[in-house]
Amino acid sequence: MADITISERQAGDVTILDLDGKVTIGEGSVALRNAIRRLLGDGKNKILMNLGGVGYIDSSGIGELVSSFTAVNKEGGTLKLLNLTQKIQDLLAITKLLTVFDVYEDEAEALASYN
Amino acid sequence: MNESIELKLPSVIGSVDEAASQAESFVRSCGLGDDVASAIDLAVRESVANAVKHGNKFDPEKMVELKFLRSPKGLEIFVRDFGPGFAPEEIPDPTNPENLLKANGRGILFMRSFMDEVEWSNHDDGGMVVKMIKWQLSQ
Repeated sequence: MADITISERQAGDVTILDLDGKVTIGEGSVALRNAIRRLLGDGKNKILMNLGGVGYIDSSGIGELVSSFTAVNKEGGTLKLLNLTQKIQDLLAITKLLTVFDVYEDEAEALASYN
Repeated sequence: MNESIELKLPSVIGSVDEAASQAESFVRSCGLGDDVASAIDLAVRESVANAVKHGNKFDPEKMVELKFLRSPKGLEIFVRDFGPGFAPEEIPDPTNPENLLKANGRGILFMRSFMDEVEWSNHDDGGMVVKMIKWQLSQ
């Protein structure tokens, strides 16, 4: 079974990525990198990443979130995070990345923030 | 309950999951709860990933050696690689503003955050050992 499943939804000009599984060293991190590259290649640079289904993340996965953030910014876009689990929130706090990412608990509120 | 477990794993990414699985079994055999298991899991994953990637550099000739030990001090974990070693104090602090957007360099921070003691040393017969301790385990 794959470490992670990444599904894509469109809400206006915002692309929502629903992640389900593990974002860890190896397959999970690579899958996320590829998904972000593909979206940027398609000109989709307003991205909301729903992490509600991510049961596990490690430093490699956190690094991939950061790489995604910088890659999207570089293309003039915006990457925001939705539905952090307590564990991910803890790790982002330890790494002080909560100061970097725009984080939401409510999808409608997150989508409205792009306007 | 086993008082200690030792294992040798190849320098592949799959060893991270294998090490975490063995750690989970050991933690549970000690009768420890979810909080300890979660902390140990992350610390083992990060230390083994470092050993595979940065220590052994995926060299198929080099193994990663692990030891889990239940001691009066708590739960002790040793992870040895066979690489050239490094100076932990020279690893940049990933929480410094200038490093926040770097993709790498957070594994050691996680190990230090979730374990009570973490120290590195050069092994007499080569390679580097990281020793991590979780204190005062309640059952």
